[in-house]
Amino acid sequence: MVKSLYATSGEEKLKLYSYWRSSCAHRVRIALSLKGIEYEYIPVNLLKGEQSDPEFKKINPMGTVPALVDGDIVISDSFAIIMYLDEKYPEPPLLPRDLHKRAVNYQAASIVFSGIQPHQNLGITRFIEEKVNSEEKTAYVTNAIKKGFTALEKLLVSYAGKHATGDEVYLADLFLAPQINGAINRFQINMMQSDSCCDTIDHHIRGTVPDTCKVLPIIQQPSCVSKRSSRKAARCSCFHQLIL
Amino acid sequence: MAYTGEEMKEKLKLYSYWRSSCGHRVRLALSLKGIEYEYIPVNLLKGEQFDPDFIKINPMGTVPALVDGEVVITDSFAIIMYLDEKYPEPPLLPRDLHKRALNYQVASIVSSGIQPHQNLAVIRYIEEKTNGEEKIAWINNAIRKGYTALEKLLVNCGGKYATGDEIYLADLFLVGQIHGAMIKFKIDVEPYPTLAKCYESYKELSVFDDAVPAKQPDAPAPSI
Repeated sequence: MVKSLYATSGEEKLKLYSYWRSSCAHRVRIALSLKGIEYEYIPVNLLKGEQSDPEFKKINPMGTVPALVDGDIVISDSFAIIMYLDEKYPEPPLLPRDLHKRAVNYQAASIVFSGIQPHQNLGITRFIEEKVNSEEKTAYVTNAIKKGFTALEKLLVSYAGKHATGDEVYLADLFLAPQINGAINRFQINMMQSDSCCDTIDHHIRGTVPDTCKVLPIIQQPSCVSKRSSRKAARCSCFHQLIL
Repeated sequence: MAYTGEEMKEKLKLYSYWRSSCGHRVRLALSLKGIEYEYIPVNLLKGEQFDPDFIKINPMGTVPALVDGEVVITDSFAIIMYLDEKYPEPPLLPRDLHKRALNYQVASIVSSGIQPHQNLAVIRYIEEKTNGEEKIAWINNAIRKGYTALEKLLVNCGGKYATGDEIYLADLFLVGQIHGAMIKFKIDVEPYPTLAKCYESYKELSVFDDAVPAKQPDAPAPSI
């Protein structure tokens, strides 16, 4: 198992409350698997409103997914969960050592979690559909995604290697992969459209998975502890598995 | 990873707009750490963020943007983390892992749960597609929902400020949000006792007073 530099809060396995289609939860699952952390997956059906169930609210008063339970500690919000995991289980690191590259990772994550995802979640899409119509909703989401991808493209074009900010998988990749996955599969965004300018992002995602494989929503998350001895190979293997 | 004297030869530059709550957060971080910087205004209402000269410096065309020599960083969260990592004193995150997570959660609730739903572009869009009343209802709903989440998160924390007796990341995000909501949308924080208590505590700090939007060089003169 992954060696933690900090005292663990107990023998209890981590619990992840998640919804299969949530891109926020998808980010966390990648982090857990990259670090080889075993956890119990507990589904919460957002479409059925299970996040408002009293039992769930007792565990997580915020009523949101993803939520991570580590003994007595409950953490909601994907960014906070990922940072907590990276600080508690430092290997492999989700941030590079270089200050500027760390900033690029924070920027990429922020563009996704504050610039794109809030404009495609159920709250606003239902509002627009109800107050205006369905076509307007689609146009709104598509515009938000394309605007965000254009910003990401500008940000990453100078830094991308095999992955978004170099040759290792870092924080930016955890936010990019689910966002791109969702854009393609839920909102039918064409990554190759000329007005998306998504060459870097598209190359990034295609460079990470073989051409013949499609990026699919994750339905079930088996434990992703690699049997290979090489940690680097294990990281890439886990990343590939999680977006296939 | 603290800075050296060599790196401080060129002053940091902050491109900002007086009323931007995102710019407000960064100014607080700079003030708390005692970092000198040059304030360069970018008037968002006049569309100055699209000026070719600004885009050359910051291709993202957004504020705030921090220029540190050849390095340009946009996005308030990324800027604040960069500042905290480069200039570690005083730290903007506590040592305890859970309290650090609380700070990240607060920052995230504000920057992804509230601010995106109250920014200029979105509220103009809503008003254009629906009407003025819907816009106001939308803003009220987004802010109150966010404040409710923040209150639940912080109610058991105790301490003078959001997550204890020191100013941390969470406080930087809270100040900008609460202040901005009061001034721009007349939404008070009174119904949320923990948030209200924090905000009262912030008012006692001179560094916070200096960073208020109305005191920035590009703020319009107050009307008498």
